[in-house]
Amino acid sequence: MPVTPLQRHTADVVVVGAGIVGAAVARALVVGGARVVVVDRREAAGGTSGSGEGNLLVSDKGPGPELAMAQRAVQLWPALTAELHDELRTGLPGGFPDLELEPKGGLVVATTAAGASALRAFAAAQRPAGVRATELDASGARALEPGLTPDVALAVHYPDDAQVQPVVATEALLASARRRGAVVLTGAEVTGPLSLRRGSSGTRLAGVRTTRGEVAADAVVVAAGPWSGEVSALLGAPLPVLPRRGVILVTTRQPHQVFRKVYDADYVGAVGSGDADLQTSTVVESTASGTILIGSSRERVGFDAALRVEVLRRLAAGALTLFPGLAGVPVMRSYGGFRPYVPDHLPVAGPDPRLPGLWHATGHEGAGIGLAPATGELVADLLLGRPPALDAAAFSAARPSLAAHLVGAAA
Amino acid sequence: MSAKRIDPARDVARTATAEPVTITVDGESVTGVRGQSIAGVVMAAGGSASTGGALRRTAGAGSPRGVFCGIGVCFDCLVTVDGVRDVRACQRRAVEGAVVTTQAEGLPTRVERGEGEHRA
Amino acid sequence: MPEGAQVRDVEVLVVGGGPAGLAAAAASRRAGARVVLLEGGDDVGGQYWRHLPADRPATAEERLHHGWATFVRLRRTLADDPGCQVLTGASVWAVEPGAGPAGGPAAAPGAGALVVRVLVTPAGAADAPGRQHLALRPAALVVATGAHDLTLPFPGWDLPGVVTGGAAQAFAKSERLAVGERVVVAGAGPFLLPVASSLLATGARVLEVAEAAGPAQLARGWGAHPQRLAAGPGVLVDKARELAGYVAALATARVPYRIATGVVAARGEGRVEEVVLARLDATWAPVPGTERVLAADALAASHGFTPRLEVALAAGCAVAGSGAGAGFVAVDAHGATSVPGVWAAGEVTGIGGADAALVEGALAGLAAAATTSGAEVERLLRRRRVLRAFADRLAAAHAPRRGWLAQVSDETVVCRCEEVTAGRLRSVAQATASAVDTPAGSRSLRLTTRAGLGPCQGRICGHAVDAVLGRSTPSTPSDPSTACARPQVSHQRRPLAVPVRLGELADLPPTIPTTSPTTGRPDPEENLT
Repeated sequence: MPVTPLQRHTADVVVVGAGIVGAAVARALVVGGARVVVVDRREAAGGTSGSGEGNLLVSDKGPGPELAMAQRAVQLWPALTAELHDELRTGLPGGFPDLELEPKGGLVVATTAAGASALRAFAAAQRPAGVRATELDASGARALEPGLTPDVALAVHYPDDAQVQPVVATEALLASARRRGAVVLTGAEVTGPLSLRRGSSGTRLAGVRTTRGEVAADAVVVAAGPWSGEVSALLGAPLPVLPRRGVILVTTRQPHQVFRKVYDADYVGAVGSGDADLQTSTVVESTASGTILIGSSRERVGFDAALRVEVLRRLAAGALTLFPGLAGVPVMRSYGGFRPYVPDHLPVAGPDPRLPGLWHATGHEGAGIGLAPATGELVADLLLGRPPALDAAAFSAARPSLAAHLVGAAA
Repeated sequence: MSAKRIDPARDVARTATAEPVTITVDGESVTGVRGQSIAGVVMAAGGSASTGGALRRTAGAGSPRGVFCGIGVCFDCLVTVDGVRDVRACQRRAVEGAVVTTQAEGLPTRVERGEGEHRA
Repeated sequence: MPEGAQVRDVEVLVVGGGPAGLAAAAASRRAGARVVLLEGGDDVGGQYWRHLPADRPATAEERLHHGWATFVRLRRTLADDPGCQVLTGASVWAVEPGAGPAGGPAAAPGAGALVVRVLVTPAGAADAPGRQHLALRPAALVVATGAHDLTLPFPGWDLPGVVTGGAAQAFAKSERLAVGERVVVAGAGPFLLPVASSLLATGARVLEVAEAAGPAQLARGWGAHPQRLAAGPGVLVDKARELAGYVAALATARVPYRIATGVVAARGEGRVEEVVLARLDATWAPVPGTERVLAADALAASHGFTPRLEVALAAGCAVAGSGAGAGFVAVDAHGATSVPGVWAAGEVTGIGGADAALVEGALAGLAAAATTSGAEVERLLRRRRVLRAFADRLAAAHAPRRGWLAQVSDETVVCRCEEVTAGRLRSVAQATASAVDTPAGSRSLRLTTRAGLGPCQGRICGHAVDAVLGRSTPSTPSDPSTACARPQVSHQRRPLAVPVRLGELADLPPTIPTTSPTTGRPDPEENLT
């Protein structure tokens, strides 16, 4: 535990949460000239950012604001990675670890007629929005992925899907922010708001109290992932963010046999659904270290991290449906995390309508890694008064589909 | 490796002589005694020519590895047995005729963006 | 199909067939409970009584062991007892909170709510695909999973021919195979002596036995209150005799035994050819200029033991954070853990050797069968106190000291599986540190460098990774000079205790999931399952 005495920090913006979204927001703000303090009750990437696969996807998003954000992110990632490489010497001997940004592409595979027609329709809806999606038959799919089952009814290749190492990316964004003057306080848990009374117009949020001291700031951005609900409630304006558990299997290192992200066509349906029961939808991919990752499950079990063997069974069965040749591959570990979602299943990025000074950057569900740079850019644009690249209203906490769920701010 | 089975004449435990067991390691015949693990058979025979005595080559640096913990917790001794990968040689009994191959898979190469093509 | 139909209820389930597990099973039986004992290896005995396979008998096998008659008696008692089922080749791979009867939520946390998942393999066929599944729900669970060698890294420790003390023992006792013809034994602790002795009895030449602890440290452990040792009960006299036997074997074979001496490097082309020893100072740092090179073809290195915690952790047991038992499963005198219905015994609760394991196993077995009083229990409790005091001396006398890090160069591999060097760990830690005084998160460092993410899942490297990053906790808080690399618990959590093949996972019988959290056990401190 840190041993520095309690301090009082002053900043333009305090970001609560040192996961990838908080890190991206912090870096975008310092690049824009703001003084930033980041606080996290644990360590950087200690929450959801350390529990995912590193997905940068357009393939799973139908036309709409989230797809637009994802497309913006796909544009931003290569330039961002190049900047971080120049600043931190990522991937060089003795330098920062490599972000492992790999534009490997994705292949969505339907093994049933019903799945195929749904997939075809989905891709057809995505193309007008600018998504590159190429239909393939079984032999075309197996030319890309020789290990794939022959029972392919239809496959769609999405060349713009990519992979990144999420913890390295988080740490690199923070390191870059620190180099530009940001202060990152880990082990600093938010315990309450700093408030300013504004005459007759009520209070405004003027910073946070933490276990490592106070941070006074003109704006507080809550980027605490599934704990954003808790934090925003502490600050006086709760946002209805709930956790959705996900588990991933990791195999031992294998000869390279899966070359892209490969998903069962059911992946698309699982993301937006609200069912409480266990849902699994297959995603299989290799990592730079040679292991194979197999996801993904979705359960609403609060923050219960207990192991459930049924989840492992379903993930394994799903993987073997797509890649029957993997039956002998040992799983050496499983890990899990909690995705943050809000009732209307869209990220929240922007000011809170109830409490001046409070901002949100959360609710990305399973897409937070990929969407982080676009979120950071949007929040920074809005905070610093620049025209945003995205439709800010769609991500605002005041949007009609979310506003109905907001409880009024405490006086 | 210079591991050595005890000379039965000097064995204070007076262990019975066991029948031989022959396996192949990377195509070469290697003989030990019944009851031994694959690791024990390979160690006593000095390993195989292709591996220079190692049971495995690491993925990153290609460094040779042999037995380390001997009790199945370090996973350094993983070999392929009869086509099945990732078998701990120190735990798997050597069975007559078993086909053992050492593993040296290397790291994956990046897949670059490209329509309809892949690189192995 | 409801979960209950495939899960078998068991009265007392013992995990581990070494001295502690065998004693627990026998004791539970004496108290009238029905027992199932699970052993992952081909036969019971654990590491302490690792022995020849049935089809290679020896007429004087007891000469390779200590307490062989005890083992033979225990094994036969359990094998002949219809109230005890011994399953070999049976590995626990997961422990999950289970449903209660009829598929509803479990009534209360505790053993009755746990389902122990087992994979069973035919004899000798370790890691075979398509192993058989078992799901057991114990009313009482005894965890006796033992420990494995802790080896402090040094340059060249990853060369073929460098093995642990446990490996040297395993091959000597179960295959009558010496790991080399010219072997150096190095490390710390009394275990070096039986290792050297077994090697000698297997035809090897032991060039030297090097003990890292120096005279002051040894005296603090062994020499304190010597009268307690001399006037001790029979068990200590027996230990003294055992020790004397090893010393005699070494003397007869003219094997030098040197203290304040440690291995600082192993060198060779493709396998070990030379071992470099040096004098160590009181902090275990090598003294420059004292290096000696021995031409050897094997090195057995062991600096103590680390407990195999994964099953206990998966069952929810708390690990002691401080004191003599820091890093081991926290238990009371009867072996009760923090989880009702779960006991632990043997090396998982503290390194005390087979004598302590037998006593602790008996106490835990009796307690698991609802027996915590009576003459036998009282006698065992007295014995346990003596043996624990003895084990504490042992720990003090040989516990690693921080100076050992001086032998770890930037090029030394620390995580063997992923080939992560000390230099890599240090540079990434520095690059990701959020502030001078705030170290980088250990979990982030694992995920960034991959240290601890290979197949051994941190078993071999976890303690060393923490030590290199300066995260050790003192073994005796009052004496910081004894600060050593204690296993941090986080890297000991392994939701999968052994690797399971995808086909085996897919072949599990389906379970209807409970729709509400079962134990509701939130784990905000450890999102990594």
